[in-house]
Amino acid sequence: MAFFFEVVLGGLLAGVLYSLVALGFVLIFKASGVFNFAQGAMVLFAALTLVRLTEWVPFWLAFPITCAVMIVLAFIIERIVLRPLVNQEGIILFMATLGIAFFLEGFGQTIWGSDIYTLNLGIPKDPAFIMEWLFDGGLLVDKLDLFAAAVAGALVVALALFFQKTRIGLALRAVADDHQAAQSIGVPLNYIWLVVWSAAGIVALVAGMVWGAKLGVQFSIALVALKALPVLILGGFTSVPGAIIGGLIIGMGEKISEVYLGPVFGGGIENWFAYMLALIFLLFRPQGLFGDRIIERV
Amino acid sequence: MLYRETGQFKTSYSADQAMFPILQDRIGIILILVVAFVGVPMVATQYTYTGLLIPFLILALAAIGLNLLTGYCGQVSLGTGGFMAVGAYAAYNLVLRVPDINILLAIFMAGGFAALVGVLFGLPSLRIKGFYLAVATLAAQFFLDWVFIRIKWFTNYQTNANAPDLVIFGVSFNSPANRYILVLSIVCLMALLAKNLVRSRVGRAWMAVRDMDIAAEIIGIRLLHTKLLAFAVSSFYCGVAGALWAFVHLGAWEPLTFDVNRSFQVLFMVIIGGLGSLLGSFLGAAFIFTVPILINQVPAAFGMPISTALAAHLEAMIFGSLIIFFLIAEPHGFARLWQIGKEKLRLWPFPH
Repeated sequence: MAFFFEVVLGGLLAGVLYSLVALGFVLIFKASGVFNFAQGAMVLFAALTLVRLTEWVPFWLAFPITCAVMIVLAFIIERIVLRPLVNQEGIILFMATLGIAFFLEGFGQTIWGSDIYTLNLGIPKDPAFIMEWLFDGGLLVDKLDLFAAAVAGALVVALALFFQKTRIGLALRAVADDHQAAQSIGVPLNYIWLVVWSAAGIVALVAGMVWGAKLGVQFSIALVALKALPVLILGGFTSVPGAIIGGLIIGMGEKISEVYLGPVFGGGIENWFAYMLALIFLLFRPQGLFGDRIIERV
Repeated sequence: MLYRETGQFKTSYSADQAMFPILQDRIGIILILVVAFVGVPMVATQYTYTGLLIPFLILALAAIGLNLLTGYCGQVSLGTGGFMAVGAYAAYNLVLRVPDINILLAIFMAGGFAALVGVLFGLPSLRIKGFYLAVATLAAQFFLDWVFIRIKWFTNYQTNANAPDLVIFGVSFNSPANRYILVLSIVCLMALLAKNLVRSRVGRAWMAVRDMDIAAEIIGIRLLHTKLLAFAVSSFYCGVAGALWAFVHLGAWEPLTFDVNRSFQVLFMVIIGGLGSLLGSFLGAAFIFTVPILINQVPAAFGMPISTALAAHLEAMIFGSLIIFFLIAEPHGFARLWQIGKEKLRLWPFPH
């Protein structure tokens, strides 16, 4: 029994990591309707920038500098890519973000190099035992995963406060609700997009930091975007809590299936299992668990 | 001046409904075909065949397949690579397990298997729409990837699958020139078929579904039938393209040939070329396939010694910027640019 809970807990913590990436997608889709495939590339770019900066300056300085870099990046993307493509169909914007993804992957690795860099956050990598009072011998977890969960939790709280309590947050919700109505009462759309892309950039930085500490900063962390997609459709493209809950479900489902179904199927099923799980949920709720209800009128 | 339709009167319904109603277009198509079938073999070298023309044609075929689904029926799919893999391995197994099967028959039957799998993974499209569907089709991609890596029966317990000798009706198609002719003939035939399909009742139903599926349903188009047919036809094209890619282009391949990057590559071709345009599929395939090759050769041409890693990164950068540039210049792709050019030519030298 303890083993089962260990698997579940490990899955939940892994799911938090997926949620971190999915959050960035949700922020942008909610505010601008752009399915931003470049989120994975942004995670990579932010992590590379951070890790190379820490070679010169201490971490407390490197972090705000990277934040600034991501904001500048958001500004450039908004100016050069999004503004000329305003009012185009979703698939065209999706394609443009694929272009951004290519560019960022190439650019990041050209200026920062493409080796594997280790990012040391000062978290001990040794596993910890928790809940020894409940289970004999306790549950084995990775301290880094616990740290990631804490970071993700803090980030969600911060985003929730930002959305609910600030003036800009109110404007963001207005834009997410209805572009034209928001614009007609004087919400500057371009500014709002700049804000959400910056926010997504900073979320990408946090995700990159945690993933980088876990896997080492290397090209493959751009591919975690593919892991975040099932989370995204499961939770719904437009819901921040959905990204978190979706991540937890996917993470847990993936781990349980890997341990209990994997041997039956011959292993390696984690690549598609999450997608199948999300697909089955979608058949019952086409907008995801928490997505806005899709209403179509003829 | 040359491109005018003045004086070309249509005096019958069949002339009015012709595939290429303008004389100059017909001449142009015939010229292109003559060049492709007769001109190219006179000048092409081995490298132009195996490195450029054959892969370009096969990818264009896959792009036509995806364009039927995404551009005409409006269902975004990221499972193209998976369906190509089904085609490749179905053809492989048919040749392996059915004695004395004609290779051409095997290739088209492989398309049939891909169509079956496509229908299966197209079923969710009845409930799921838009980007949700795009992500859902990734399930097909990753699942099929896994199937061909893990279930050894499909690969005959080997890591690499090998193509058989390409002998069809006693004629050997092993030399690059013959392979090219084989691929070109198949692609031309299937493009012609696709062109007629999208002008027919089926194609019109697809377009109605693309524009608004609820409205289409109300005017009496059966959604289930139409969407699944689109998935079937599209997967058939992708399956044939996959079988050709494996048998004619590569000769020996592994499952990773048809991974998710292949799906994205074909989707790029369709979007950059122009959604809902068969010509666009060819233009997009030419652009997406040749640009990385050209970028790769530029530094070498200038004698700049750069590492392969750096070259790959620069290539990604330039490629990404070009995609963004072309999308901003013309969001509807090369096919739209071509159309605008033709409109201008018709009126030239007058502006209106």
